[in-house]
Amino acid sequence: MVKPATQVKKLEVRDLSIRYGDEIALHSADFDVYENEIFGIIGPANSGKTSFLRAINRMNEMTPGMNVTGMVKFDGIDVKSWRDVYALRSRIGVVFPLPVGLPLSIYDNVALSPRLSGVKSKSELDDIVERCLTRAALFDEVKDRLDSLGSLLSGGQQQRLTIARALSQSPELLLLDEFSIAVDPVTTMRIEDVLKELKKEVTIVLVSNLVAQARRLADRTAFFLGGELVEVGETEELFRGNVQDSRTTDYLEGRFG
Amino acid sequence: MTSTKVELAHRASANAAALYRGRAWWVDRVAQGVVFLGGLSAIVFILSIFIFVAKEGLGFMVADLNIKEFLTSPEWRPTEDSPTYGILALMAGTASVTGLAMLIAVPFSLGAAIYIGEFATGKTREVLKVLVELLAAIPSVVWGFIGLSIMNPLIMELFDVPVGLNVLNAGVILGLMAAPIMTTIAEDALKAVPDSYREAAEALGATRWQVIFKVVLPSAKKGLVAAILLGVGRGFGETMAVLMATGHAINLPTSPFDSVCAMTATIAAELGETAQGSPHYQVLFAIGISLFLITFVINMAADVFVRGGLRMRSKKA
Amino acid sequence: MSSFQTTDLNQSNRRKESLVRILLGMVTLTLIIPVGIILVTLIAKSEGTFSWAFFSEFPRNSMTEGGIFPALVGTLWLVAVALLASVPFGVAAAIYLSEYAEDTALTRAINLAIINLAGVPSIVHALFGVGAFVLFFEFGTSILAASLTMAVMTLPVVIVATRESLQAVPQPFREACWNMGATRWQTIWRIVLPNSISGILTGVILEVSRTVGETAPIMFTGAALFLPFLPTSVYDQTMAMSLHLYVISTQVPDVPEGLPYGVALTLIAIVMILNSVSIGFRTYLRGKKKW
Repeated sequence: MVKPATQVKKLEVRDLSIRYGDEIALHSADFDVYENEIFGIIGPANSGKTSFLRAINRMNEMTPGMNVTGMVKFDGIDVKSWRDVYALRSRIGVVFPLPVGLPLSIYDNVALSPRLSGVKSKSELDDIVERCLTRAALFDEVKDRLDSLGSLLSGGQQQRLTIARALSQSPELLLLDEFSIAVDPVTTMRIEDVLKELKKEVTIVLVSNLVAQARRLADRTAFFLGGELVEVGETEELFRGNVQDSRTTDYLEGRFG
Repeated sequence: MTSTKVELAHRASANAAALYRGRAWWVDRVAQGVVFLGGLSAIVFILSIFIFVAKEGLGFMVADLNIKEFLTSPEWRPTEDSPTYGILALMAGTASVTGLAMLIAVPFSLGAAIYIGEFATGKTREVLKVLVELLAAIPSVVWGFIGLSIMNPLIMELFDVPVGLNVLNAGVILGLMAAPIMTTIAEDALKAVPDSYREAAEALGATRWQVIFKVVLPSAKKGLVAAILLGVGRGFGETMAVLMATGHAINLPTSPFDSVCAMTATIAAELGETAQGSPHYQVLFAIGISLFLITFVINMAADVFVRGGLRMRSKKA
Repeated sequence: MSSFQTTDLNQSNRRKESLVRILLGMVTLTLIIPVGIILVTLIAKSEGTFSWAFFSEFPRNSMTEGGIFPALVGTLWLVAVALLASVPFGVAAAIYLSEYAEDTALTRAINLAIINLAGVPSIVHALFGVGAFVLFFEFGTSILAASLTMAVMTLPVVIVATRESLQAVPQPFREACWNMGATRWQTIWRIVLPNSISGILTGVILEVSRTVGETAPIMFTGAALFLPFLPTSVYDQTMAMSLHLYVISTQVPDVPEGLPYGVALTLIAIVMILNSVSIGFRTYLRGKKKW
């Protein structure tokens, strides 16, 4: 893996803790995500991976009972200090583990985000829709029925639609949460190729339950376990066994999780 | 040169987007304020109802109201030279009619709810539910008319009594009116009992009706009580049907064939004949406040029971 | 597998079960059959009443002859004005409760207020209408006062139906929009409302049906026993179907028998049609899969 020449910090996570009521989802995490890297997050279920993603774009404010302390800096600015949280979110694309095709036409699904920012020109929207669907490896399958409901596509197609929607935001940061759960292996590989390509323009945080996927894609990887950040390191180094905590190797080699 | 141009164009569209987003932020703020006012309106309305009804009846309640006479005297003679304002007979009228109605509606609506919720399946169930819903929609003035024109001669003939407009008539009418609503709420309460309860009992070898009577009904108890309470509240507040079917005579009833007069019906029958601001007018508003407070208590109680039932449902999840 | 014996205990249990089933089935029918009989009686007794003139003429000869035209028109006025007043409030309240409100004391107070608005006796709503709209706001006895009274009374119908259809829109749709940077309102406007509008409409139809049948709240606020002309503005009084039935069956002597039966049947027909439309609409929507 080639290291980014200049390590500009896209995200700075400082003493970040997340609680749901009395339950701790993430305990005092500290790490950075650099610009134009793919940053992998691995760990078994309930390790605080998804909670971390929600804290970045302040979705915790829409989740009753979710409490975030500490700080996440996006481009050097504490996300909590953004007055217009919606503008913050519009710069961050999110893809969920379970695909969500909105009950709009396929076209409108992808055109929604530009429209939310006031884009009205038909040609501009057409352009965005085609470009994003193509990048998400979906365009060829749906180009003849762009006006049919996105929520009635198959699971794998909906997942690619969700990715296309996230791309339509022209995000600076892309958060992918176990995106390959509902997608077949062939499509997964196609999307992974797209992600490698995207890395040139976008910073990607990839939460994955597949250790091998993290190894294929991530420049650096963080290992979360039970709400604790065990360690962060160059992905290849971790897989070579160059770890600070033996639990990391145990997990990577499939001894638990 | 070109790169600067692209840069500029990009910045311009970014500016436009920022502007648009700024507007969207304000629209969201304003919309939130507006819908909040809508939500608040419910509180404003319920308080206004209390305030405006109390305001009209206040003069009487402060100056002339003899609480003891008001509540314990059966003498309702508001139009005489030395008027008396005892609402005991009116309360007795309301209580007797509501009581009889519940005697009819409680077993029938619970029975129907159990049948629809636990026995009926598929199409039968759907059809029954729709029918019950349609029954609940018949306007009360139509029920009153039915009491007046169909039940009245029927009762006179069947029981050989001179007047068929009485407690029996209004009680049956009110029972038929309240039953569909109670059935719907009771069926919801049965539906809220987790299927795992039923399956556990069936696994122990219980038959269907054993499951229903030993497991489902006891666990749905709170919701069923709520259904009954809402039925009582409904009977209590019913106006037109009771006005038309009771015979409207001030009476402490001793048999189901006595004509009576209910609190609600008295207001409906007499308000039009009173001068605004007169003691008679004000005392009718005082009765209104009593009705408001009583139904308020009943509704609160029902709500407490419904919440109890819902808590069970959320535990299931 | 055939080792299960039909024991006596089993048999008696089965007998008991079918007995209970039959008994409860009969109980259910007892609720429905009388209404069937009543409907048949209404239809039989109102025979000969219905004609074009019945719907298109004014009552004549102290309301003992003629039609119900002004009552029909009046009910239309009352319903229309009541809807105009209650639907905006109701939909706004439902949007607030479903999309913005958090579980606070205020939210619980709003919910309690809605429950009580639905539970307060109609005659108390009538007294409120007299005290507030007729006297305090000086609308006099008018369509405006009567409709506003009914609007307050039926507000819970709109709120509850709207809230239910808003909450039927799956939460992940909202999350997806929020994650894209949509404001709550953009999410409501572009995703939630378009997918619940038909449910809201169903609720509004139910409200219309309720409003058509209400009598007590309009008796003293704007409905008149008899008027020889149609209302021309919301400040006029008006006749109404529900009150007309009450009046000709209790207040007017020598009304021919068929007339009130005809009015009652018309009223039931309107309400039943509205409710059936609402139910049919609901069933259709349930069958139509959008996600």
